[in-house]
Amino acid sequence: MQKRFATIWFPHLTTDWFIRRQSRLKEIPFVLAAPDHGRMVVTAANVPAQTQGIYKGMVVADARAIILSLEVLDDQPELPGKLLKGIAEWCIRYTPVVAIDPPDGLILDVTGCTHLWGSERQYLTDIIKRIKNFGYHIRAAIADTIGAAWAVTRYGHELIIESNTHQGALQLLPPAALRVEAATTELLEKLGLRHVKDFMNMPKSALRRRFGTNLLLRLGQALGYEEEGIIPVQPIEPYQERLPCLEAIGTATGIEMALQQLLNTLCHRLQQEQKGLRMAVFKGYRVDGKIESISIGTNRPSCNSKHLFKLFEIKIETIEPAAGIELFTLNALKVEALSTVQETLWNGKEKLDDMALSELLDRIGGKLGNDCIYRFMPDEHYWPERSFKKALDLDEKLQTNWQVNKPRPLQILYKPEMIEVTAPVPDYPPMLFRYKGKLHKVIRADGPERIEQEWWLQQGQHRDYYSVEDEEGRRYWLFRSGHYDAEASYQWFIHGFFA
Amino acid sequence: MAATKADIITQLRKDILPLQGFKTALKNTAVDANLGPIKNAFPNASFPLGAIHEFIFSEAEDLATTVGFISGILAPLMHNAGVSIWISSSKSVFPPALQSFGIAPDKIIFIQLKKEKEILWSMEEALKCSGVAAVIGEMQELSFTASRRLQLAVEQSHVTGFVFRRNPRNLNTTACITRWKITSSLSGLTDMPGIGFPRWNVELLKVRNGKPGKWQIEFFGGNFRYIPVITAIPLEQQKKTG
Repeated sequence: MQKRFATIWFPHLTTDWFIRRQSRLKEIPFVLAAPDHGRMVVTAANVPAQTQGIYKGMVVADARAIILSLEVLDDQPELPGKLLKGIAEWCIRYTPVVAIDPPDGLILDVTGCTHLWGSERQYLTDIIKRIKNFGYHIRAAIADTIGAAWAVTRYGHELIIESNTHQGALQLLPPAALRVEAATTELLEKLGLRHVKDFMNMPKSALRRRFGTNLLLRLGQALGYEEEGIIPVQPIEPYQERLPCLEAIGTATGIEMALQQLLNTLCHRLQQEQKGLRMAVFKGYRVDGKIESISIGTNRPSCNSKHLFKLFEIKIETIEPAAGIELFTLNALKVEALSTVQETLWNGKEKLDDMALSELLDRIGGKLGNDCIYRFMPDEHYWPERSFKKALDLDEKLQTNWQVNKPRPLQILYKPEMIEVTAPVPDYPPMLFRYKGKLHKVIRADGPERIEQEWWLQQGQHRDYYSVEDEEGRRYWLFRSGHYDAEASYQWFIHGFFA
Repeated sequence: MAATKADIITQLRKDILPLQGFKTALKNTAVDANLGPIKNAFPNASFPLGAIHEFIFSEAEDLATTVGFISGILAPLMHNAGVSIWISSSKSVFPPALQSFGIAPDKIIFIQLKKEKEILWSMEEALKCSGVAAVIGEMQELSFTASRRLQLAVEQSHVTGFVFRRNPRNLNTTACITRWKITSSLSGLTDMPGIGFPRWNVELLKVRNGKPGKWQIEFFGGNFRYIPVITAIPLEQQKKTG
């Protein structure tokens, strides 16, 4: 397919932005200025100022001499990049491949997109009309190569350069239209080569010797002999579905229908490739240029559109359509191979690899956050707090067995709580202890079980654990940290409750 | 003649049970074997699965005993690699200890949530999912409407739900099929040092279509052992409470 590119040029990008923000600036001449070598230099001038002879690079003092009432505003050096990025993202509704062309342009790969608007002319006039409505001056053109479109945008008058006619269109343009350095342009002018046609057919070796390789490269790019790559503002997703809407959508039902349609096509495609998605983001491009997005994640690769729709459904209410959404996209950010689970013949289907279970966890995680869901694995540590760890996912298998040879309480205090204890020395279990203001008389006890600190992980005192039963039959797990010692401190704690 | 009348009544009772949502098909013999004499309190002498059971307790100590008792039902339910979901507001379960009660701790998915509303929502969602063996939810209050929603969720999925209620402000009527209270009791060890096997007082406060009662059981070598101390509530009292 013949490639087609559109380039957009904003001749007054920054000044137009200032006028958008303060409409009083529209009629009066003003300039943007930045300090340079101890003086203020004009970096941009609006149309009224330009018509009176103020140009970029002029010293502000000189400009003030021309127009007494000239307004001077501080330039923001990062402004053009920010504006271009914003407009480029807005342009994604026209084509997925939009690149920034600093300092004041955009490049759009429009191959295969224009027919959706009827024709290339209608496509381009639509872009121009809508960007003009935002208040920007704009010039644009479509051609076979980026170089030709760029040249025509800035130095020509046509909107559309028909396929394979860009060589003719370039002929009468000045050498500056080829995106070469000022020095080269000047040299060409000096030699009387005022149009591209004057040197486009010269032998390459002669051009290279006199003007360097850059001119050759640029000429080749404009004529289509050389490849030119662009970096899109948003990387092209391999799994992306787009749904442009004829009329802006503003209702939840409309959004749901769009989502359903996108999910169906994406899931159909994933199913054919035996893939499932793990992460997806659904975006709505609003008429006023903002992007609304919601994202979901799944525990297991899934191409079940019903389930994925349910996950998105919880979040649809967070989308604010405002004036309406005109383009929906659905990106699968993370895609994995679908693992087909073999059906078991006998019962016991409630297993960890059950799809219904992971779908349930997706729903809970999607609504309440994934960090509230835990699964535990044994860890090879004696220290009770470290004897288990969080599992990474549902598929993690047991590496070691759970230890059952020592009595452990079913309920544990996340942080051991201090208790008052009466206990005979040297290492008898307590006779009485007070916990939460209640006195417990110990009837029976087991212990001590000494658990030493794992010195390679943490320094501190060891613990002597006792399991005790009070007069009501309640069982507690108590410990004394440290030895009875005049010098070091020791303290009694309660750590858990046995069944 | 009298005998035939009694036969008709028992037959009618049997016919009414399924109409009241009691599922005879769901029967786990291992659960019933574990429960021993307690199973006679239920209709058809079988622990009702696919229903919501309510447990009330006041202290953290009682929660431990409740979990201990639950293990007698949960362990056989999760026997064949089944997965359970445990929804609570605190991080108080010590997973390694569950193994000694026959429950594989790595087969339990813990969900920790702060708000009771969120706990109820996720419990309902979990109960609707047929991929789990049982769902445990810890909460304080359970309104009649909420309990009915939970009950409706299990009607389809046949998942068994356990609601643990700590210090409920009022013991309101719920749609749960049973209400239990498990407290600890002095162990039976007399002339030997150390603590004996855990012993619990099991109180079945309410049961639909069954007989409430009190039992004392001991956890002994991975099984329940019944201590014949307190018999079921006398028939007179039962008639009064209906």
